[in-house]
Amino acid sequence: MQLVCDQFQETGDPAFSKRVKEVSESGLERCYQCLTCTLSCPVAFAMDYPPHQIVRMVQLGLKEQVLRSSTIWICASCLSCVTRCPNEIDIPHLMDTLHQIALHEGVAAKEPAVAMFHEAFLAPIKKYGRQYEAMMTIGYMLRARQFSPKDLLNNALLGFKMITKRKLKLLPPHSIKGAKEIRGIFEKTEERGK
Amino acid sequence: MEKRIGVFVCHCGLNIAGTVDVEQVVEAVKDYPDVVYAGNYIYMCSDPGQELVRTTIREQNLNGVVMSNCSPLMHEKTFRRVATKAGLNPYLLEIANIREDVSWPHENEKELATKKAISIVKMAIEKLKRNVELTPMVVPLHKRALVVGGGIAGITAALEIASAGYEVIVVEKLPYVGGHAAQLAGTFPTLDRVPCLMAPMIAKMISHPKIKVYTNAEVDEVSGYVGNFIVKIKTSPSYIDEGKCNNCGLCLEKCPVTCPSEFDCGLAERKAIYITPPETMSQKVLIDPGNCLHLNGDECRACEEICPTKAIDFLQQGITVEKTVGAIIVATGYGLWDKKNIPEYESDPDVIDGLQFERILSPSGPTGGDIRRPSDGKVPKQIVFISCCGSRDPEHGFTYCSRVCCMYIAKQAVLYSRTVPGGQAYVFYMDIRSDSKGYEEFVKSAMEEERVLYLRGRVSKLFRDGDKIKVWGSDTLSGKSVEISADLVIMATAMTPREGAIALARKLNVTVDAIGFLTEAHPKLQPVETLTTGIYLAGTVQWPRDIPDSIASTGGAVSKVLSMFSRKELLHEPTIAWPDEEVCSGCGICASVCTYNAIEIDPIKRVAKVNEAVCESCGACIASCPSGAMRHKNWNARQFMDMIDIATGAYV
Repeated sequence: MQLVCDQFQETGDPAFSKRVKEVSESGLERCYQCLTCTLSCPVAFAMDYPPHQIVRMVQLGLKEQVLRSSTIWICASCLSCVTRCPNEIDIPHLMDTLHQIALHEGVAAKEPAVAMFHEAFLAPIKKYGRQYEAMMTIGYMLRARQFSPKDLLNNALLGFKMITKRKLKLLPPHSIKGAKEIRGIFEKTEERGK
Repeated sequence: MEKRIGVFVCHCGLNIAGTVDVEQVVEAVKDYPDVVYAGNYIYMCSDPGQELVRTTIREQNLNGVVMSNCSPLMHEKTFRRVATKAGLNPYLLEIANIREDVSWPHENEKELATKKAISIVKMAIEKLKRNVELTPMVVPLHKRALVVGGGIAGITAALEIASAGYEVIVVEKLPYVGGHAAQLAGTFPTLDRVPCLMAPMIAKMISHPKIKVYTNAEVDEVSGYVGNFIVKIKTSPSYIDEGKCNNCGLCLEKCPVTCPSEFDCGLAERKAIYITPPETMSQKVLIDPGNCLHLNGDECRACEEICPTKAIDFLQQGITVEKTVGAIIVATGYGLWDKKNIPEYESDPDVIDGLQFERILSPSGPTGGDIRRPSDGKVPKQIVFISCCGSRDPEHGFTYCSRVCCMYIAKQAVLYSRTVPGGQAYVFYMDIRSDSKGYEEFVKSAMEEERVLYLRGRVSKLFRDGDKIKVWGSDTLSGKSVEISADLVIMATAMTPREGAIALARKLNVTVDAIGFLTEAHPKLQPVETLTTGIYLAGTVQWPRDIPDSIASTGGAVSKVLSMFSRKELLHEPTIAWPDEEVCSGCGICASVCTYNAIEIDPIKRVAKVNEAVCESCGACIASCPSGAMRHKNWNARQFMDMIDIATGAYV
């Protein structure tokens, strides 16, 4: 099935929509396009396709357009859409599924900072089994490379203030008991994703 | 005889008394000539109200009653019954409608309303003065029913009436019963296989001692009236001596003529001598006179020569039987909008209609249950359904919704997806109309479990591209144009009136609508009756319907027939037209305007003659009679003039 709109011409890929349906278990084929999700979404203004369009595009199997959209990265997982959806479609879960597929397929994220934040967030957890905020912050800033020296300085000063007020720990935390198992989960998941 | 008229004014709570001053109405008519009693009461239709009327009739020895209350449609029957109980002829009771005609429309003009009520009551009194005593006519009733059409509705009707103990005659135009339902692969939403539904019904009907089935037959002529219809049934010859034929099938092999099979919607071929399809529970050999060479003047006698039992009889003649029946159920079913109406779709063998796809899906169909496309027998991997072909499309077809297509598309898509692994079904739709028990869930399950892809939009173009058919359409939900390379395209064409429905309606003297569906007497309150008493509608002859709705409407028609048959005899209103033979010149204008065919010109006396059982008191003959010979019992011209005098006098 060829689908054509102004900018793109793409062949609908039923295998893609089938895979998304199975991985996300979101029940997205039930969607009847009432637009409740889009109308409840607090960040829809920043998206290139509103959430209901992403659902429809997944149904049609428009893999390229979906994975290259900003929507899947901008979704804040606030769950407003799930709460209100009459068909109980789990859109945040759908968006997570689409992140995964995008990462595995090596599709460049339209909003790279969001993807980098996810990476920075997960790195300490993989290492220690728990969050280490200083590492996450520094990791994110290094990855994103979009901060001016002045920004970095301001952040460092804020970080120093937080450390003195014991809001942020300077030294790495103790690894939790099951840190090894957590690492195992990460490795296994990465393995399965391949 | 001295007139003694009583006037009873009802308050109807505040419905009348809130607007009309009922006391004033009573005052105004109390001393009117011939009125001996005038009274009012809060609810005349209540038990004490009826008692008041009854005792007053007796005590005052009334010989005429005017009930001044609601519409005669509501309570004329009630009060006529009261009059009868009190010993008064019911046709000496008149209703003056001061509720629907006065209090409701004139709520804000109380004085004028009262004045109008008084004049309406006086008009009724004047009319009543010239009323005569009448008794309802007794019409004989033949407790035998005719069912026209042997589809699922006709079979149901026949079985229901027969199981109540009455004789039934079924007339089927085709050589086999079963109708369209027998051609289907399955039913929605339960996916029952149709032979499992139809076979027991057909078998029961064929063997039922009270049912006589005429196949290959048509209703030739209908005359008479309710309880006494005389029908002529004409059967076409099968050219086979059924007593001799042993269904060996040798003739089928020998016959040199092949033609498309009607039962398989042209997807398979049959010979000019053929055997009826197994789904219809009959195994009868017959010759199709349209295609047989011998019957069209050729030398060929191949079947006759090979037949070991000498069962073939080219000289066989059709028979005509005449039967008297009391009621007729019309269940002739539907036709399909021809896809030839859209020329670009018509030429391609892989663009088929829904009924053809049913045959392809059917285990006993031309492909033996394998889903193969007509052009090259390949298994189609991508199929496209186009809904609303001819329906909801006034440009090409009709404005109405064909009602069953959304559901049978879902059913066919599900059956297809289950039979062809890896096959993908697409559905172009405008709206999904799934408005009955379990239907919405069924469509959803087609989307969720069978991964049928629904695209909301119309198809703009179809064209052949090598092995494939390119379908151009749009998906309005995503705002994208869509191009699908399909192997097979199924068009959900509109259900239409059956060919010949209008001709049959003319024979039966029932009305058809602008499209050609037979019309009911009242869309809300009389949905299975026709305007001709004694003729009822069942199933899709009336409007597109699915099987449960057809069965339900058949049940309605059957209950009407049985309630009629439960009576000993029929009563007919006596307020009908009658010709004054002294005045009538026999011009025949009245006979030509009578919609009920109730009037004929007596060949000896040369005057009009009214068939009293058929006349429905419409008054058309009276209005058209140039000499004023035609009269209406209890509604004669003098009564009208008296009423008009009152009506105009009140406002002078």
